[in-house]
Amino acid sequence: MTVIDTSALAERLEWQLAQVRDIVAETHRVKSFMLEPVNWTGHLPGQHIDIRLTAEDGYQAQRSYSIASPPEDKLLTVTVERVTDGEVSPYLLDELRVGDRLELRGPIARHFVWTSGSSGSLCLLAGGTGITPLMAMLRHRDRSSCRTPTVLIYSARSRGDIVYQNELDGMARNDTNLRVVYTLTREKAKDWAGHRGRVDRTLLATNCFPPAQNPAIYVCGPTAFVESASDFLVELGFDSLSIKTERFGPSGG
Amino acid sequence: MDEAHISHGFRSKRQTQAKDRVPPGQYVTADFPILSAGPTPQIKVSDWKLALQLGGSLLGVWTWEAFEALPQTTIKTDIHCVTKWSKLDTTWQGVTFDDLLKAVGLSGPPEPYVMAHCGGGYTTNIPLADLIGGKGMVATHYDGLPIAPAHGGPARLLVPHLYFWKSAKWLRRIRLMPTDERGFWESLGYHNYGDPWKEQRYDGD
Ligand SMILES: Cc1cc2nc3c(=O)[nH]c(=O)nc-3n(C[C@H](O)[C@H](O)[C@H](O)COP(=O)(O)OP(=O)(O)OC[C@H]3O[C@@H](n4cnc5c(N)ncnc54)[C@H](O)[C@@H]3O)c2cc1C
Repeated sequence: MTVIDTSALAERLEWQLAQVRDIVAETHRVKSFMLEPVNWTGHLPGQHIDIRLTAEDGYQAQRSYSIASPPEDKLLTVTVERVTDGEVSPYLLDELRVGDRLELRGPIARHFVWTSGSSGSLCLLAGGTGITPLMAMLRHRDRSSCRTPTVLIYSARSRGDIVYQNELDGMARNDTNLRVVYTLTREKAKDWAGHRGRVDRTLLATNCFPPAQNPAIYVCGPTAFVESASDFLVELGFDSLSIKTERFGPSGG
Repeated sequence: MDEAHISHGFRSKRQTQAKDRVPPGQYVTADFPILSAGPTPQIKVSDWKLALQLGGSLLGVWTWEAFEALPQTTIKTDIHCVTKWSKLDTTWQGVTFDDLLKAVGLSGPPEPYVMAHCGGGYTTNIPLADLIGGKGMVATHYDGLPIAPAHGGPARLLVPHLYFWKSAKWLRRIRLMPTDERGFWESLGYHNYGDPWKEQRYDGD
């Protein structure tokens, strides 16, 4: 594992205010927030921010959210799914308005990043909202007119739960080096011609680049999704050191 | 920023339980945190060995049976994951660092720092002072059962007073070293020491 020591650069990531510039309802349970931080020094696709909420009585809660926008964009986008009975996500989805301000700090962590300068093919695996950091990578790839052979395998509950579908399909239409494969775990409609069911060995074997090509692999989503998908990849012969994972939380899709 | 910005309409939805046991920015969960940068290595105990290394020399190597024969200690403790979850009253069994050093005939710390080397290529660095005096162990059991692979089995470090990534999973080799070096997460933006009570999450905190 390559480890770059950047400890000499260590500067505290300060909390700062960001203004909500726009809010987009992506699905019935997911919204994107376009934020303008006071002082943003840039990020790498795949990094996240921490958001901190403070109640009138001083109570505070912090949560992590992956950055969905590419470094090329002026505004910082986070895409948040409602966790029923959650503390922070329902507040963001229900209470936050354009013009409101929010505390955040970042960009955080450099273990799950991809930039268009990287060589080799790219395989992205998303479970539910786990699409967010991968979207930053895809948008960055698109903005930098990078043609790295790429496949996105995206598992969602139903058609209505696919986030960014128009944008993803649009990117794939204009780029023969990008393939987007959806699989739906709970779709009932008969007219869905795509894959159904959870990501399994067969789906991975037929849609990933072969292990001999040693693609860079990024897996993101709920813990159970990440565990099972990355176990399948190792069984299929992919080098575990080429598989990077980000786990969002306990359960979900 | 000096004063926190109030998010109007935001309210706590959680019982404020055990406040003195939950470090700043953390919340209590009944789930078991998992944070790792890659797939879970599946390590058979029959293939497992733990090495203790001082500079270039090997102080000791244990097979699973030999390791289980060392004095066993049970610790009940709270754990704090950098992704903001804390879990209270977790029970671990394993071999303390004191007993490990004793087993190779050391009466005190030979070097001030430790690098833990793990399956999957991960490393983490910890001052030896944070592992001795009953503060750290190599744990093999969680809640009376062998530690599951996703949670670091067969053996992981347990250093509960630091953020939980320091309790490195899939431990294979412990290297005592004269100067501090940064491990995997510590080189990728996380804090070098990781004290949850000082909220040392990221580099520079
Ligand atoms: C590095 C990182 C990046 C993340 N990026 C994103 C992102 O881009 N978009 C996004 O929507 N979320 C993301 N998350 C998850 C996010 O940080 C919160 O955990 C999530 O929004 C729930 O917070 P909450 O306060 O609403 O729920 P909580 O009050 O924390 O939880 C309420 C209940 O739901 C359960 N729960 C908590 N989290 C989840 C979950 N993710 N899925 C299902 N059940 C859960 C809890 O166990 C609890 O029982 C990320 C997490 C990490 C660690």
